[in-house]
Amino acid sequence: MSVKIEVSDLSKVFGRSARSIDAALALQAEGQGKDEILARTGAVIAVSNVSLSVGEGEIYMVMGLSGSGKSTLIRCLNRLIEPTSGRVLVDGEDVFAKDARELREMRRTRISMVFQNFALLPHKTVAENVEFGLKVRGEARESRTSRAMETLSLVGLDGWENHYPENLSGGMQQRLGLARALANDPDILLMDEPFSALDPLIRADMQNELLELQQRLRKTIVFITHDFQEAIKLGDHIAIMKDGVIVQVGRPAELVARPADDYVVNFTNDIDRGRVFTAGTVMRSEGQSISEDSDCATASRAFNGLGLNCVFVLNGDGQPVGYLRERDVGGTEDLGRPVATAMATEFPCVSPDHHLADIYAYCDTDAPLAVVDDGNGRFLGYVSAQDILLTLAATGREEGEEPAGPREKEGRS
Amino acid sequence: MNGPVFDYVLPLEDWIQTGVEWFVTHWRPVFQAIRWPVANTLDAMEAFLLDLPFIVFLAVLFLLAWRAAGWRVGLFSVAAMFFIGLIGLWDQSMTTLAMIFTALVFNVLVGVPLGVLAGRSDRMWAVLRPILDVMQTTPSFVYLVPVVMLFGVGTVPGVIATIIFSLAPVIRMTNLGIRQVTPDVVEAGDAFGATGWQMLRDIQFPLALPTIMAGLNQTLLLGMVMGTIASMIGAEGLGLTVLRGIGRLDVGLAATGGLSIVLIAIVLDRITQAMGQRRQNAAPQATTFKERLLRAIFGGALRLQQT
Repeated sequence: MSVKIEVSDLSKVFGRSARSIDAALALQAEGQGKDEILARTGAVIAVSNVSLSVGEGEIYMVMGLSGSGKSTLIRCLNRLIEPTSGRVLVDGEDVFAKDARELREMRRTRISMVFQNFALLPHKTVAENVEFGLKVRGEARESRTSRAMETLSLVGLDGWENHYPENLSGGMQQRLGLARALANDPDILLMDEPFSALDPLIRADMQNELLELQQRLRKTIVFITHDFQEAIKLGDHIAIMKDGVIVQVGRPAELVARPADDYVVNFTNDIDRGRVFTAGTVMRSEGQSISEDSDCATASRAFNGLGLNCVFVLNGDGQPVGYLRERDVGGTEDLGRPVATAMATEFPCVSPDHHLADIYAYCDTDAPLAVVDDGNGRFLGYVSAQDILLTLAATGREEGEEPAGPREKEGRS
Repeated sequence: MNGPVFDYVLPLEDWIQTGVEWFVTHWRPVFQAIRWPVANTLDAMEAFLLDLPFIVFLAVLFLLAWRAAGWRVGLFSVAAMFFIGLIGLWDQSMTTLAMIFTALVFNVLVGVPLGVLAGRSDRMWAVLRPILDVMQTTPSFVYLVPVVMLFGVGTVPGVIATIIFSLAPVIRMTNLGIRQVTPDVVEAGDAFGATGWQMLRDIQFPLALPTIMAGLNQTLLLGMVMGTIASMIGAEGLGLTVLRGIGRLDVGLAATGGLSIVLIAIVLDRITQAMGQRRQNAAPQATTFKERLLRAIFGGALRLQQT
């Protein structure tokens, strides 16, 4: 995945004068807090030395409470707000080096935005709203209209083209906002809390639809939210912001497994962990398998040497055919027999993408769950019922050391 | 009774006198240049209205009022103008209308662009605002003297006085209309890469239009007021009828003139207000604000509106 947007050391200070801004930056460099700086200089540090990189085609969530600077941050990406310092590269081009014309060009063709309050044009029809970006960049009426119709059907608003935005419900208005942004066919979508103004049911619908659209369109999306559930559901990566600083960046499961501080813990505590972790993220994968040709002595060595309590037996294609527990190996007199005679062959197979919530049901059997590749059925690792329970039971940092996240695995095996 | 507070009186009066006289002698070409387009527009407008057959005028008026404000206003407008014709003040009414429309044309030409500039630039507004304050608080009579000195007497100077007097609301309301456009949609325009002109054409101006129309409505009514007063410097029309009635203590004449003015004002107000409101339906965000504002600023001053 190549990097699409690269932000380095971005800061934005709101102040009355250049002097107070400089003073604020100086204090910030000394490590003073936000309140202290406000009191001494009258300047507000909205975004403070933020660095992040957004990969092409991913949904990058910026999550934080109000006042955390996330809206300012996203507006610095297309320079709706001029940053105080730092650098933003889009496709390797320095956004802050662009003059007014180049900047307009970039906004017209490569970066579109969706707004929290929709920001539709009330005096234009639905179709004209979608056409707005195309009109601005000077496209002919016919191509505009056909493109608008295409985009409207993409978001499910066919038949509404001649209505005015005020005739649409909240959810439909935001579909229109999304259609307007997509009509320009940008690489990058900036979404500023697009679903926050919608009621919960509609919001869930819109989230699902965005995911579906994203499957097809593969845009690079920077998505602002104050809702951690939403961040977990939509995000490939999540950056958590507090007081203008990024507290933690990671994949959803990483954040939930190992929150960096209490601020993050507060969000992760309310999360349905069964919907965050997948079989792939909690499975044990290294040295967990032996070939079906081997004898029980090999298995015994694996149990004794590596401290395992379960190994899977694989056939020549790397697919699991059975598993052994330590007790199945038996005494020393049995070590010579092939594993095929000792192993148990009844076990469930799951895909690494399955959420734990989807595989709870298998926990009532004693057998471990084999995690296999969706395509060729090769063994990737296994998950025991105990692993699942430990992962679900963990509540953030307090017990964070023990249960499995992807990284803890290595330490344990 | 007190005498003068100071023995010495600052000769401000003389200074102004001298200043204006200097202007009159040295700036004459400028004032002639200002006068020229106004005079031509007025002549054309007046000639057209006077040549227009009575019945055609009524028909056009009915269609206009009906389309803009519904058949009730249409019928009322026709009845009002028919009545004015019946009491023998038709020609004077047409002159007054020509004056009002001429003033309106120049107010739009000057006021809307100025208002747009002010709405988009805080600096411009900072300059314009005190000027507008002065213009709006200066009593209408006070305009007459300098206008006479600079432009002479007659209907054309009367129209110029009317333009100056009624210009402020257009600028104010245009400025306000531009500024009240929600920052969200302006930001959206920016985010899609609109140029300043595209922003004005596609977003700011259309959304400000209901407010601008309210400003034009106010301008028309202020124009009616000033058009009447301008009769004191020789402007013709219904104002002159009223003035004559006052001069001769002819209550009947003054009353018929006054009644005609009121009727025309109501007709114009109803039609233009309806035009503004029809726009508002397309832009519902502006509705309540415009109404609140209208009431706040003009509600007390201009009862005409509420008649």
